[in-house]
Amino acid sequence: MARMTMIEALRSAMDVKLSDDPGVIVFGEDVGYFGGVFRCTAGLQAKYGEERVFDTPINESAIVGLAIGMAAHGMRPCVEIQFADYVYPAYDQITQEAARLRHRSNQQFTCPMVVRMPTGGGIFGGQTHSQSPEALFTHVAGLKVVIPSTPYDAKGLLIAAIEDPDPVIFLEPKRIYNGPFYGDHAGKSVPWSAHPAGEVPEDHYIVPLGRAAIRREGADLTILAYGTMVYVAERAVEQAGIDAEIIDLRTLLPLDLATIVASVEKTGRCVVLHEATRTSGFGAELIAEVQQACFWHLRAPLLRVTGWDAPYPHAQEWDYFPSVSRVVAALAKVMED
Amino acid sequence: MSDAKLTFPHPPARPNQPVDFSNIVVPKAGLLPVPPLDLAPQDAQPFARGLIRVMDDTGTPVGPWAEYLGEMPADDLRKGLRDMLKMRAIDRRMQNAQRQGKTSFYMQSTGEEAIGCAFQRQLQQGDMNFPTYRQQILLVAADYPLEPMLGQLYSNDLDPLEGRQLPIMHSARDYGYFSVSGNLGTQYVQAVGWAMACALRGDGKIAAAWIGDGATASNDFHSAMLSASVYQPPVVLNIVNNQWAISTYTGVAAGKSETYAARALGYGVPALRVDGNDFLAVSAVSRWAIERARKGFGPVAIEWFTYRAAAHSSSDDPSAYRPKDEAQAWPLGDPVDRLKAHLIDRGEWSEERHVQAGAELLDEVTQVQKQVEAHGTLVNPQPASPTAIFNGVYADMPEHLRRQRQEMGY
Ligand SMILES: Cc1ncc(C[n+]2csc(CCOP(=O)(O)OP(=O)(O)O)c2C)c(N)n1
Ligand SMILES: [Mg+2]
Repeated sequence: MARMTMIEALRSAMDVKLSDDPGVIVFGEDVGYFGGVFRCTAGLQAKYGEERVFDTPINESAIVGLAIGMAAHGMRPCVEIQFADYVYPAYDQITQEAARLRHRSNQQFTCPMVVRMPTGGGIFGGQTHSQSPEALFTHVAGLKVVIPSTPYDAKGLLIAAIEDPDPVIFLEPKRIYNGPFYGDHAGKSVPWSAHPAGEVPEDHYIVPLGRAAIRREGADLTILAYGTMVYVAERAVEQAGIDAEIIDLRTLLPLDLATIVASVEKTGRCVVLHEATRTSGFGAELIAEVQQACFWHLRAPLLRVTGWDAPYPHAQEWDYFPSVSRVVAALAKVMED
Repeated sequence: MSDAKLTFPHPPARPNQPVDFSNIVVPKAGLLPVPPLDLAPQDAQPFARGLIRVMDDTGTPVGPWAEYLGEMPADDLRKGLRDMLKMRAIDRRMQNAQRQGKTSFYMQSTGEEAIGCAFQRQLQQGDMNFPTYRQQILLVAADYPLEPMLGQLYSNDLDPLEGRQLPIMHSARDYGYFSVSGNLGTQYVQAVGWAMACALRGDGKIAAAWIGDGATASNDFHSAMLSASVYQPPVVLNIVNNQWAISTYTGVAAGKSETYAARALGYGVPALRVDGNDFLAVSAVSRWAIERARKGFGPVAIEWFTYRAAAHSSSDDPSAYRPKDEAQAWPLGDPVDRLKAHLIDRGEWSEERHVQAGAELLDEVTQVQKQVEAHGTLVNPQPASPTAIFNGVYADMPEHLRRQRQEMGY
């Protein structure tokens, strides 16, 4: 099997779909000739031609609006927003149009479209290259929201997203494009080639939407995480010496509540992690669901470790990013009760 | 089968192809007249489709715009030249510092310096620029001190923004420099709103909006043009057409439109297209446009025609998408070389003085850089206190933020 970075795995997913479905089309800012600022589409225009892979003007609402028109016509657009921080001009198209097209036309028109975008912090990108807007999409009926944490999942989930009949917001944690990140920015970076999840089949496969993955089995506590925070959780669990179960949600919507509930019923304790700001973040939704489903199994209050409720800073990035030590403290606190 | 077929705009040359600027028409200097200040959009066609140039090939100012400008004092021109050289010194030193890991990010403006440099000198105290990230030269020309400027670039305790913003995203209200956003286009329409406030409140000031050719595609560009046309506020709508938007050729933003200036005409905003590498042309047209706005004749758009000679940013390598020697072949030359030639021609400058000025400015920037680096770099960080994260989110810190700050340990 090949070793791939997450970037290569995403490219491979688009490559597979471009070759097996003539309706698949890829476009966005700088994605054509150059292959994207993160190189996710490198080589695809040369291989499939400009009618399949092309550059767009800098207008996110046009990118998504065009994709909706094509998808409604029967194509399968997979478009890129250069950074999640730049999706907002397209928010109207995504939330008011794509999300509701099936419902409002009573299935006459549908929108099988994928909107890819790099998300999250950890790259010293300041407030306009670091945001985690997942909750702005999970809050909207009609959208699916996916966020992989490994190259293997990235490819399988992206293929599943492209094949999905409904619009999918596909968030790519840019901090782990090239290797897992364990929260230690000063430490040595680990490439995906040195990680088992960097093994990615060349061919078609899917990782179904709506299924979480248990990254570590454990008996004492359940950690719910996604994207980069999965690795921060792994390191925190090592440091805390707690037998925690780490669940990588992979798809935020639809949510794999069954896997979550089974775990929390077993452990009786739960900590939720995300990079995004706290108030009205996706963690609030998770905590509400877990509380309702697992109340009589809980031994301690549910906790969340998140970004602070402030714009993502540049210089103070590591005071902002939910650190291993903050996660360790939360784990310890939940274990006290 | 259908006859409909899509087109995809292409740059004239890609890497490993010979540079080809044969598509770029460079009219002779001095051809276009100076329109009246109340120029109407329907009379602006020749200005929006032509190219206003003042210096001829030898650096001699010719034609009506040269007369309008009059003979600029040599001191003013030397100041402009020195500011551009200073900008180049800053670019050189900071690009280097980024390469050494001392700062996270940097963006050069090589080749485009004349535009902001000459424009800024025509503004008055209290006018407001809404700059893009590539307009640091506005700060240099406004005599913004180097300490806070470099402090921002290093995100250390000299940074007036206390490390909140990515390097280059300055904010300097007293120097007429609005807080720069990373989200393209958004501030173009805000500038129109600011200008409307100038008119409503009668303060006699104007606003200057700035946008790149690529970002003219954004919704807010169109919002700005329309709003400016409807309400006629005192705003100059600058479009810096440097031919590239990261890897994307300007034709992708232009489509079949002839020029960006002509696009403004469609909204009813008169527009002019100017050789942005001609310091005198920039000075003359800026003076005209700013006077027009201030005197109440309404908005005007200016397409500054130039070339982005450097990489898009410190994260970019343009050799992947354009020929390496395009910048040297740019038919409108280099703004520093051209102003230098003009000053030498006037007997107000010399090769020796030029070399000396370049060395002095590099020295000055290097000295300040050393002092600023002593306040911390990314290699040796001394950022402002983490509490800066929470300060200024709101005028009064709400209880939940106070709790979070405590949770952080402050
Ligand atoms: C809304 C938005 N979309 C995308 C980006 C990413 N981006 C940053 S600069 C840039 C190119 C801008 O080109 P142009 O407007 O021509 O300005 P130049 O860089 O040439 O000065 C892009 C696409 C962004 N900052 N904001
Ligand atoms: Mg440009």
